[in-house]
Amino acid sequence: MRKTNALALAALGTALAMGLAACGGTAGGGGDKNTGTGNTGTGTSAAKHNDGYTKVVNASDAKGGTLKFAYSDEPDSMDPGNTYYAFNWNFTRLYARPLLTYSAEPGEAGLKLVPDLAEGLGEASEDGKTWTYKLKKGIKYDDGTEVKAADVKYAIARSNFSAELTDGPKYFAEYLDAGDYKGPYKDKNLDNFKGIETPDDYTIVFKLKAPFSEFDFLVANPQSAPVPQAKDTGLEYEKTVASTGPYKIESYEVGKQFNLVKNEHWDPATDTTRKQLPDRIEVQMKQSAEDIDQRLLAGQIHVDLGGTGLQTAARAKIVGDPKLKDSTDNPYTPFNRYAMMSTKVAPFDNIECRKAVQYATDQVATQAPWGGPLGGDIGSTLMTPTTVGYQQFDLFPNGADNKGDVAKAKEALTACGKADGFETNIAVRGDRTKEVQVAEALQASLDKVGIKASIKKYPSGDWSAQYAGKPDFVHKNNLGIMIAGWGADWPSGFGFLSQIVDGRFIKASGNYNMMELNDPAVNELLDKGIQTTDAAERNKIWAEVDKKVMESAAFLPFVYEKTLLFRPESLTNVYVHPAYGMYDYTWLGVKQ
Amino acid sequence: MTAPLDVSGQAMEAQPEAVLEGAGGKAIEGRSLGQIAWMRLKRDKAAFVGAFVVVFLTLIAIFAERPFGGLIALFGDPPNLPNNDLIDPMTSAPLGTWGGMSLEHPFGLEPVNGRDLFARILSGAQISLLVAFLATLVSVVIGSLLGVLAGFFGGWVDTLISRLMDVFLAFPLLLFAIAIVGAVPDKALGLSGNGLRVAVIVFIIGFFNWPYIARIVRGQTLSLREREFVDAARSLGAGNGYIIFREVFPNLVAPILVYSTLLIPSNILFEAALSFLGVGVAEPQASWGGMLTRAVDYYQIAPHFMIVPGLAIFVTVMAFNLLGDGLRDALDPRAR
Repeated sequence: MRKTNALALAALGTALAMGLAACGGTAGGGGDKNTGTGNTGTGTSAAKHNDGYTKVVNASDAKGGTLKFAYSDEPDSMDPGNTYYAFNWNFTRLYARPLLTYSAEPGEAGLKLVPDLAEGLGEASEDGKTWTYKLKKGIKYDDGTEVKAADVKYAIARSNFSAELTDGPKYFAEYLDAGDYKGPYKDKNLDNFKGIETPDDYTIVFKLKAPFSEFDFLVANPQSAPVPQAKDTGLEYEKTVASTGPYKIESYEVGKQFNLVKNEHWDPATDTTRKQLPDRIEVQMKQSAEDIDQRLLAGQIHVDLGGTGLQTAARAKIVGDPKLKDSTDNPYTPFNRYAMMSTKVAPFDNIECRKAVQYATDQVATQAPWGGPLGGDIGSTLMTPTTVGYQQFDLFPNGADNKGDVAKAKEALTACGKADGFETNIAVRGDRTKEVQVAEALQASLDKVGIKASIKKYPSGDWSAQYAGKPDFVHKNNLGIMIAGWGADWPSGFGFLSQIVDGRFIKASGNYNMMELNDPAVNELLDKGIQTTDAAERNKIWAEVDKKVMESAAFLPFVYEKTLLFRPESLTNVYVHPAYGMYDYTWLGVKQ
Repeated sequence: MTAPLDVSGQAMEAQPEAVLEGAGGKAIEGRSLGQIAWMRLKRDKAAFVGAFVVVFLTLIAIFAERPFGGLIALFGDPPNLPNNDLIDPMTSAPLGTWGGMSLEHPFGLEPVNGRDLFARILSGAQISLLVAFLATLVSVVIGSLLGVLAGFFGGWVDTLISRLMDVFLAFPLLLFAIAIVGAVPDKALGLSGNGLRVAVIVFIIGFFNWPYIARIVRGQTLSLREREFVDAARSLGAGNGYIIFREVFPNLVAPILVYSTLLIPSNILFEAALSFLGVGVAEPQASWGGMLTRAVDYYQIAPHFMIVPGLAIFVTVMAFNLLGDGLRDALDPRAR
């Protein structure tokens, strides 16, 4: 993921949902402890806390009613080709079908890619540089016209190669061999786009610059949903998306109200992952976050669209009420919250000084700002428990209770030649209260071993362009420690790791490898991994990369983030989709 | 004249009243102006309470962290020490009733990290009062000097200074302050970190508030310079400098004192506002406004976190205002 904020895509994470909830992280606890408590059996619904994590709650095929969403802000766009908001990669599937999608199942099974518009998974050529997909025949838009391969090609051309649509990721532009193609708005002739070929109406061939074994994950993002060139209205298209899914757009009043109605041209026989239960779906935007929680708890709305969970006040209410708690789920998000130590800023150019920080950190204190165990499990790796390839290990145990090991930290300080500690700075996005609180907690931990850290706040808008993401600035201002977060765009080790650990991705600005770690062994492993077609083999390599980076002691994990989702009684067919870390919006129904 | 306060500078020559008060037992004795004012002040209970609180707060701020850790060390935890054991990890709220208030933590604990609010209030008091006093001093020095010059010399000097005042009064101070504090580097003028920030805040508040005091002083000076004692001094050959500092200025002390006392609370509020907006002193240094910002996120689960610093600001501002009003009444009976 390019941006690490909650607005940007939080999607595609999760694996091993149940298995790892029980042993996630070094402190773990959150997941399994919660399932045990709060079961009083008094609720009218028999579902328990975290049930939505492992099975479908309130399973029902009853049709009708209006499914009501509310959202505290407005999204970048409702156009599947122009959105990087996590929930929209989930929500847009209601009216836009990509080539592939994730299986509609809770738990680990949900991370499996299944064909959506395509007949099967991609077929790679010998050299791994050509990927071919066959379209299912007879799939129609909401106006009854048939979906053609050229529409998929056009969709990717507009979303990745045009200067107009800026909000989504540009992975296709990065990997496809398309020369200096300028996008369909400047260059109307689609034949000039050489990155994708459509030999016939049902065949799509992607031409890559280099072998990329995880290409299937890319076409599972909503950008591969077809767009008929004649219907494209650029930025306005978000109001009139040509629907392939079970619903079509009735109206969109930007930033206020988004309404969907049933699409009669959707054929369930061609679709294995969606349902079409409610008659209407309505989204209210720009609602107060606390108001959303209250209406959710009162059953007046069904889902908080953002999928980022309940706010502090509602959390407190849930924790104190076992019956309410039974109506919640506590899934992992794809985010890891951590700090990076710059290996180019003294004294962190010495690994022993970095180790001192690892040992000294009180991870219970750095967990608190996220909302304690409900907000995340204490971390010890780069990849989160819901990333495919994750392996649990802890190279720097900081005391039995994770509250910091002062003795070991002092030992490391002595080995670093700074027995009396040193001075450094902690950089943080000043407008992110939680991250500032984490910085304060870290500061207090370090103070105990004699490391005097000052907190430097920078605006999050220019955080990566001007401040922490600009090595020059980091060196000049002696920013030893930077508080950050990261979530992958697709749930694999590569999706998570490449941008933040690959030494060749260190940029003069917009840099996410803030450790400035350039380890040839790590870079080599990443290259090897992405060329490995065998998934199991590949996942082993990602775990190896994770270990190698952790050995550098430059990556200081805080928590594997979790959210607290509420499912009202009136909501049917609810389960947490592991690929999105929120409820599967295409399955939901409502009780009348 | 549009002075925000109707402070009149003529208190000092209100002579006759001095005789009335003392008509008791002993021989009639002349009383100094100070004695008269003090007597009136003593009878004003509200002002006395205000004065008491002001002195009390000032002492607390002075001795909060020194010597040897000061009051904070005496009564509890250091202001930046997290107490995660005393926080309910599930809700982020402090354990126990009333936000974890107890003998060890009389004002309760901050949500999430469990820092002791008593220590943070005391630590924040230093910042609030320091900024308020210094900024007021800056305003008063600049304001009285320019006000006296404008009023005394009149003519082009007056025009120049008065227009300058207009310019300063038209400045969008809050926006300017946010911009400046945000743009200040980490190190400058031999200061760094919070020292520099406090200096910048003092400068901004002080440097942009002087016209208010200058206007009052100018008005008073305008009327004073026409008075007989000034003419008398002049006819005896006194120079301008002598007249300004020996004849006019003593008569300005009362309004300046009153106005300063009333400027302090507004400066406290200004500092709190800056901290609330995130451009005050930097965390983890406590400040009352900064605590209020944090409290916004937790007001439903930990209302005490908003009430405690809110009360601190309220009480302080109230005390200074009561004292200021009392002083004005005491020094200028005609303004009653």
